[in-house]
Amino acid sequence: MFKSSLKQTLKDLETKKISIRELNQDYLKRIKENENLNVFIHFSEDNVLKQIDNLEKDNSAKKLKGIPIAIKDLFCTKSMPTTAASKILENFNPTYESFVTQKLLDEGSIFVGKTNLDEFAMGSATNTSFFGNTINPLSKENMPLAPGGSSGGSAAAVAADLCLGATGTDTGGSIRQPASFCGVVGIKPTYGLCSRWGIAAFASSLDQAGIFSHNVEDASILLQSIAGFDQRDSTSAKVDIPNYFENLDDDLNGKTVGIPKEYSIDGTPMEISQIWQDAIKFLEKKGVKIKNISLPHTKYALPTYYIIAPAEASSNLARYDGVKYGFRSDEINSLDEMYENTRAQGFGREVKRRILIGTYVLSAGYYDAYYLKAQKVRKLIADDFNRAFKECDFIVTPTAPSAAFPLNEKQNDPIKMYLNDVFTVPASLAGLPGISIPFGKDKNNLPLGIQILGKHFDEQQVFNAAISLERSYE
Amino acid sequence: MKIDKNTINKIARLSRIKLDDKESEDYINDLNSILDWVEQLNEVNTENVEPLSNISSSILPKREDVSNDSNSSEEILENAPDKLEGFFAVPKVVE
Repeated sequence: MFKSSLKQTLKDLETKKISIRELNQDYLKRIKENENLNVFIHFSEDNVLKQIDNLEKDNSAKKLKGIPIAIKDLFCTKSMPTTAASKILENFNPTYESFVTQKLLDEGSIFVGKTNLDEFAMGSATNTSFFGNTINPLSKENMPLAPGGSSGGSAAAVAADLCLGATGTDTGGSIRQPASFCGVVGIKPTYGLCSRWGIAAFASSLDQAGIFSHNVEDASILLQSIAGFDQRDSTSAKVDIPNYFENLDDDLNGKTVGIPKEYSIDGTPMEISQIWQDAIKFLEKKGVKIKNISLPHTKYALPTYYIIAPAEASSNLARYDGVKYGFRSDEINSLDEMYENTRAQGFGREVKRRILIGTYVLSAGYYDAYYLKAQKVRKLIADDFNRAFKECDFIVTPTAPSAAFPLNEKQNDPIKMYLNDVFTVPASLAGLPGISIPFGKDKNNLPLGIQILGKHFDEQQVFNAAISLERSYE
Repeated sequence: MKIDKNTINKIARLSRIKLDDKESEDYINDLNSILDWVEQLNEVNTENVEPLSNISSSILPKREDVSNDSNSSEEILENAPDKLEGFFAVPKVVE
């Protein structure tokens, strides 16, 4: 299947080779043909046509004018409902626009729909959604595969060519892992680069918005569009945003790549070790110095994450109480009963599990043993990276320990599911930028991903290494 | 076993989530296996380590201390399941 790039499409629109209407009708057609994938929680053709009408009347020059973009249904949008894939927000119509989606609207992009995700972004397979599984577009006939998660709908939307780019959020790997599973590019920038304002909060010290796209160039264009300071997010960073696309440079001569020995873990399939070695060999050929590094606290990243993220979630999700917005239970003989029934009926199993764990580790008598301990280990994990980045410019690892797995596999064992994030969580805890790019296939011809991590706010280096590897693979 | 029936009931109550008996059983098992798994953090020496709560390496800017009244009570109430004369409405709490 030929997939046009964002960069090429912008050129075609500019030279009038194609009109905004023709372009989007092409995407609308494919969206309707692929309804069985359950990519979208909300899709309305009329809404898309209305956006086209408005843009046709608009004579101003805009960077992404007419470009079809899919939005993870965790971003509040005025023009479409926002559910976070939860029953508890089933009927929520935001009265405000998230920072990231407003930026995309200001640039003239067209929102084709709101994509499916794990409920409140809690999951690694897009199978905890109240609105059902999303199916990986790369599935074989009799074997439906998971698209990864939590941003599985957005990754699948790009992979099935239902849009030219999509937004995602990444708390412990929710952009990078589904990008790897669906064979697309996914970047989670540095914590603080994109404002969290208007994104339904999961774990606020980790949540970060990012981008899915067909290739690295497109990702560099789109990330540029959604980055920037916003005073409504107290952790939003006031940093200069370079022109990532203009500055793309695949010449890595003289750079140093760090290869962390702790990422060689038992049980990783041969094919994944192999593509990792291939990537390293290619970088070496490009004149990159290979530096073996150690990130000694890597093995503690997952348990640290699974204390910190649920703790923050239990606090963030306290707001869903049936009073201010969303679902309210019918069984409401008292205020307490209303809260308890609303939350019992409104949240799914995984979300409740995390709220309960989070409440436990924050409760009196356990706070120091769990939450404070995890925050201290988090410091050691961040320090590992700080030390490593004194010796290297970027780090290369696999993105995920497997290719896309069959739908519903691993469903019953939470810890097994959590292990999906083993390569992505450490950088999340350290707030570092990371990209996943498709790099090689497994024996079933399913895509595998390579992850590139950079220093805080050094997205440019991450993009440069990514485009170099991408070009080698093409 | 860290979590027993009493503990799960207490946490559920703190979380304002009603659990039936079957769910309680399931969560007791899940939570115990997760807590056993995170126990490995005790291997790490964290003496004199500062807890990390904000990962951002950028200096967080201050804003001017001015009030900003968006007068948006109608918008805020727009999604309320029940409202009354400009307020959120809930079941009666005082007899």
